[in-house]
Amino acid sequence: MEENQVTLDTLKDIKSMMERSSRFISLSGLSGVFSGTLALVGAYLAHWKTNQGPWIKRAQDTDFGTGEIISIDWSVVWFLAIDAILVFSLSLLVAYFFSRKKAIKKGQPLWGNYSRQFLLNLSLPLLTGGVFCVILFYHGLIGLIAPASLIFYGLALLNGGKFSFEEISYLGMSEIVLGFAGLLLKGQGLLFWALGFGVLHIVYGILMYWRHDR
Amino acid sequence: MKSIIHQLDKAFENRIRLGLMSVLSVNEWMEFNELKTLLEVTDGNLASHISALDKKGFVETRKRFVGKKPNTSFRITEVGRISFQNHLNTLETLLKRGV
Repeated sequence: MEENQVTLDTLKDIKSMMERSSRFISLSGLSGVFSGTLALVGAYLAHWKTNQGPWIKRAQDTDFGTGEIISIDWSVVWFLAIDAILVFSLSLLVAYFFSRKKAIKKGQPLWGNYSRQFLLNLSLPLLTGGVFCVILFYHGLIGLIAPASLIFYGLALLNGGKFSFEEISYLGMSEIVLGFAGLLLKGQGLLFWALGFGVLHIVYGILMYWRHDR
Repeated sequence: MKSIIHQLDKAFENRIRLGLMSVLSVNEWMEFNELKTLLEVTDGNLASHISALDKKGFVETRKRFVGKKPNTSFRITEVGRISFQNHLNTLETLLKRGV
């Protein structure tokens, strides 16, 4: 009986060692909830700004918002860019803060092979997507930016998910599906963006908090 | 049935060695310092356990310079992987039989 308990403990130790050394288990669900809320606020501000009046004039209007641009109100563009950058950097900051707290609790140093792999695998597709979206803007394909960012973000999560919780991979797949939906339904880019970066983050954040953080 | 206990590899009896093999079985190359923090052991302690596993041919060492700093990393060998897997299987069998 005693012997049995020792064997069981040993196996548990081995499993936890494998997990602690290879997966970034300090990622906090709460940071998902916070960044989701921030994204919703950001999406609302973008919606408010772009609905204040016509800010872009095209040679001919398409449902997607992809026609050749004749004139554009740069103050709106800058507002949207700063809005997006603020949401993104505040989310990163919040994620760092909560993960550091959780790392101490879980006894996993924040900086290790696992977090390096996680960040590297996450950031490469993300960077690709960022450049891709800037080029879309350059060509005036503004209506495609929101769904494209969802798809690339989804791919990034899918790629990084191997080095963290499985929920990250599922979140990634959900983002990709939303991105496709945004590509198919015309003119609803911002709505799908808010669903993907706002609602999904909150839902998965709560799920992760409930399953791993308590 | 012969006692299954004899199939347990003596090399893995120690907790630190078991931890080392666990970490190395799921990571490619691991640095000395990273192993040290993960396993919460001292330099000397870690070094002696690694050299014990090395003598058995279970791990291999890579020494190189990153800038001017020497950097030592370790990786599990094929023999090590098979032995560790056998060890895990034996532990699981023990657990199932012992109910």
